Amino acid sequence: MEKQATRDAYGEALVELGHLHNDIVVLDADLSSSTKTSGFAKTFPDRFFNAGIAEQNMIGMAAGLAAAGKTVFASSFAIFAAGRAFEQVRNSLAYANLNVKVCATHAGLTVGEDGGSHQAVEDIALMRAVPNMCVVVPADGPSTKAALFKLYERQGPAYLRLGRPAVPKIYNDKTDIVIGKGIELRTGKDAAIIACGIMVQKSLQAARLLAEEGIEVTVVDMHTVKPIDKELIIRLAKDTGAILTAEEHSIIGGLGSAVAETAAADFPVLVERLGINDIFGQSATPDQLLEHYGLTVQDITEKIHLLLIKKKG
Amino acid sequence: MREINEESLKLVVKKAVIIRESIIKMLGESGSGHTGGSLSAADIMACLYFWEMNIDAKEPQTPGRDRFVLSKGHAAPVLYAALAEKGFFPAEYLMRLRKWGSPLQGHPDMRKLAGVEASTGSLGQGISWAVGMALAGKIDQAGFRVYTLLGDGELEEGMVWEAAMAAAHYHLDNLTAIVDNNGLQIDGRVQKVMGVEPIAEKFAAFNWEVFEIDGHDPEQIMIALEKARSIKDRPTAIIAHTIKGKGCSFMEDKAEWHGTAPKKDEADRALAEIKAYAESRGIC
Repeated sequence: MEKQATRDAYGEALVELGHLHNDIVVLDADLSSSTKTSGFAKTFPDRFFNAGIAEQNMIGMAAGLAAAGKTVFASSFAIFAAGRAFEQVRNSLAYANLNVKVCATHAGLTVGEDGGSHQAVEDIALMRAVPNMCVVVPADGPSTKAALFKLYERQGPAYLRLGRPAVPKIYNDKTDIVIGKGIELRTGKDAAIIACGIMVQKSLQAARLLAEEGIEVTVVDMHTVKPIDKELIIRLAKDTGAILTAEEHSIIGGLGSAVAETAAADFPVLVERLGINDIFGQSATPDQLLEHYGLTVQDITEKIHLLLIKKKG
Repeated sequence: MREINEESLKLVVKKAVIIRESIIKMLGESGSGHTGGSLSAADIMACLYFWEMNIDAKEPQTPGRDRFVLSKGHAAPVLYAALAEKGFFPAEYLMRLRKWGSPLQGHPDMRKLAGVEASTGSLGQGISWAVGMALAGKIDQAGFRVYTLLGDGELEEGMVWEAAMAAAHYHLDNLTAIVDNNGLQIDGRVQKVMGVEPIAEKFAAFNWEVFEIDGHDPEQIMIALEKARSIKDRPTAIIAHTIKGKGCSFMEDKAEWHGTAPKKDEADRALAEIKAYAESRGIC
């Protein structure tokens, strides 16, 4: 299966967008070779600005550029973009509802060897809590590109969460997405798995294994964590009566919380959250980490089995 | 308008009086807000809005306009007073400062009030906006200038120096930062709370052009702004030495007037003093 890192897809899509729109300005904070904004920097040196190792000022500059009419894509690692510059994102970008897309790479455990200090496991929670913010977590390269094009068209601030390692392509290169609308990749009546990011592909694999046992589950790519697709969640709650969420993020405040909040309010059913269990990461390979922290295909199938036992009562 | 002469000086002195009166009136009415740091910036704001900047209240969004960012956003009353006097909105609005449904928020909100270029209030962030705006001006070769006003206490925010570094790195000679150096912050003397001096040397070390002036002398302010226009390849910092609460004797140089609004009798006293000063300068 063909693989591509979402950050690589971002870098390529940014260059394509740059050719189409002169108002795009890209900022980075000394990580352009890692976030892949370096391609845009080479192609459009007059519209790329390195803020140096100064994420707070990068976000502030983005606000000023946007206030003067630019559409800004600002990149760093998730831990710095959403973490260190949180209050700048909150007060300078979101409060003023400015057209800045914070495109953060190296999110989650799959940062790998750099360890827990660099593995953002709470960035979705932080960004989701901020009014006006749109939060998108693409599952693969093609949907990353589609998301970027859609975010350019969408007025207002957004947080695009991207990963470091190459991940299998789920979609074809011409795929499109609608911000705020989840994609039903597989349909089953026993339970529904609502996933984002790298967990979408794993959920599909888990669903195939479960099918061999006669368990049919729906799998949804909930690429937009905010605004969350309430309609779809309610329909899945009604149709299946049991939902499992899966994300490479803390079980607190992320996709799982968004889904559980919606279900609890509008159609209460069992909601299990698979994610990082309120704990920091550490140095290891991405696969070792995903296994240790319970984010594997097997973890998903086990959670579904438990969920179905609970569902039977 | 660009000449520094008796007429232009008289105009800004008069506008500074009107701005100070408006500050006292609106804060007296609101019952909360930042009086001291609004008064210390009144003369600087009068020079910016009534002499220096190319802005038109009738066309607040015209792309080529100069831009002002109040990085010390808590001094919102001085900005609102200047904007009202400039004609961006009716002066009656001022009496609704900080009240329910008012576009005059506790700190400036660009989405609610015409003429406000940046939503500020969280210290340190405004100067970064200004750097971004100046950068946009350079990209578009738009020719506009960007001004930002900082507090001296605000310079304790690390972000200010990130922005200062970036402004010099990108040769933003269309950017002027003015420091309202009144020496006081909420907890007391800036030098006692957290020393920021030497301010001028710090900006110079960050490769800015630096001028030090008396921030209550319109002629010095105008000369510094004029000089800043002629500086090429680097941004300019104007360190304006000011007195917190300037214009109201009982508020002057007192930290307790940082975030306090005058009560009725205090407002009356302050207005009487401002009036007496105006009369002494032949302004009616």
